[in-house]
Amino acid sequence: MEIARHWRLKQQRYGLVGEVCPHCLAKIFPPRDVCPNCGGEAKTAFAFSGKGEVFSYTTIYEAPAGFDDTAPYTVALVKLEEGPLVTAQLTDLGSQPVEIGMPVEMVTRRLRQDGDERGMLIYGYKFRPRL
Amino acid sequence: MNDVVIAGIAQTPVGEHWEVSLRSLAVKVMLAAIKDAGGLRPQALYVGNMLGATLSHQAHLGALLADFGGLHLGDGKDQKHPEQRAGIEAETVEAGGASGGAALRQGYMAVASGLVDVAMVVGVEKFTDVVGAEVEAALATVTDGDFEAIQGLTTTAQAAMLARRYMHEFNMPVDGLAGFALTAHANAAGNKNAMFRKAISLEAYHKAEPVSDPLNMFDVAPNADGAAALILTRAELLPKDFSHPLVRIAASANASDTMGLHNRADPLWFAAAQVSVEQALRKAGLQREQVDLFEYHDAYSIHAALSLEAAGFAPAGQGWKLAADGSIGLTGQIPCATLGGSKARGNPGGATGVYQAVEAASQLQGRAGSNQIAGAKIAMIQCLGGPAATAVTHILEKVRN
Repeated sequence: MEIARHWRLKQQRYGLVGEVCPHCLAKIFPPRDVCPNCGGEAKTAFAFSGKGEVFSYTTIYEAPAGFDDTAPYTVALVKLEEGPLVTAQLTDLGSQPVEIGMPVEMVTRRLRQDGDERGMLIYGYKFRPRL
Repeated sequence: MNDVVIAGIAQTPVGEHWEVSLRSLAVKVMLAAIKDAGGLRPQALYVGNMLGATLSHQAHLGALLADFGGLHLGDGKDQKHPEQRAGIEAETVEAGGASGGAALRQGYMAVASGLVDVAMVVGVEKFTDVVGAEVEAALATVTDGDFEAIQGLTTTAQAAMLARRYMHEFNMPVDGLAGFALTAHANAAGNKNAMFRKAISLEAYHKAEPVSDPLNMFDVAPNADGAAALILTRAELLPKDFSHPLVRIAASANASDTMGLHNRADPLWFAAAQVSVEQALRKAGLQREQVDLFEYHDAYSIHAALSLEAAGFAPAGQGWKLAADGSIGLTGQIPCATLGGSKARGNPGGATGVYQAVEAASQLQGRAGSNQIAGAKIAMIQCLGGPAATAVTHILEKVRN
């Protein structure tokens, strides 16, 4: 179990909190303290709106250990409206086909169980078709 | 800086080696490479391996393989003296799927700098002791653990998303990547070490089982066990009776890119692959038109297409056409995967870069049998960690017959 590791990532997992660069105003996710756009120091927290669109996607049938009980599921590269891409599962799809460009919004869902059946549940961001 | 030459090469077939352990696979090729080098023994060992610690619960492969390979400091005869029992310096080099190429670069730098006279580079991977979801989880450790793997992403899903976006941006038809598998399998028919030795048809590609849309089974190289090794040295240290055509490492370059595919400025551009190719060509004083064969890292067909583009053999979005029109075939304008590539020779994970070096060396030495590229003088090899988060490129050159 990796309690401390998942606790450190709370703000990213639940709040999609990244950074905004005070020099060039680039939005950064995940936070990394150095702006990938201009190289300047970038430690100002920025909470993304959670709105975005599908940049690409695929369905996983052969899932890694820890995710195999939820397979098949769809993962996507989601382009947040502020600019950055994030990797995330798509959820609440129903019978709706996924398309590049489809508008989506962030929700908080269970990602996996940490370790074995005694492990804590790890929650984080997924994206559903925008209501 | 010394000129670095290849004194010996060896490889096992890539396959499901149920009867052979990770250490035995490696030791087999280590001893065979020494024999191929006329008995030249190394002072340093660089191991390319990706998943030993996860799938085999075995880290610290440098010490393990120096030990079981009998690589003592002395001749091992006078066991009373500790210096005789101690082994050579040895370490593992890890860079995801590029581990083998990164280990090769370490061996190259050791000999080029003059700090090591004879270096051995061994790539080894043991995939098949574990099956199913545990293997996918192990592979996912080469992605961003906090922002990709935790989402249930697999390396195959990453490639699938690239392929889908590529189709969207460049209007590639749904079977546009087929040429990579077709070429690989046609070439592997002539490689006795290959895992799959039968050509496949376009019809077979169309009927192939989907894996992760839009990729099917023939877009994904099969993971399997294997080991390959090289001995590197300076020309003046070669045995007097050295009989192979002399091949040197003309250039070595390693570049990295963002770990998360989502953090790329352009996910469809392998910037690290581009940079390492340009650096390698510049260091070797060559133009890409002079490259006689290119062993790209085709763990996924879409990676092969993007590698061709990053290397400058095709413009962005057009790399797939080089496979579709036969340009990458043995008699084409830029032969690739000449002995089957990862798709048909098999994908030995972190050992890939060393297999590529052994295959390229055998082409340049005229030992490629029915797959021989006539007059091959310059070979470029490239292995990738993930979707080119690491890209290691080497250029090998035949010096003399």
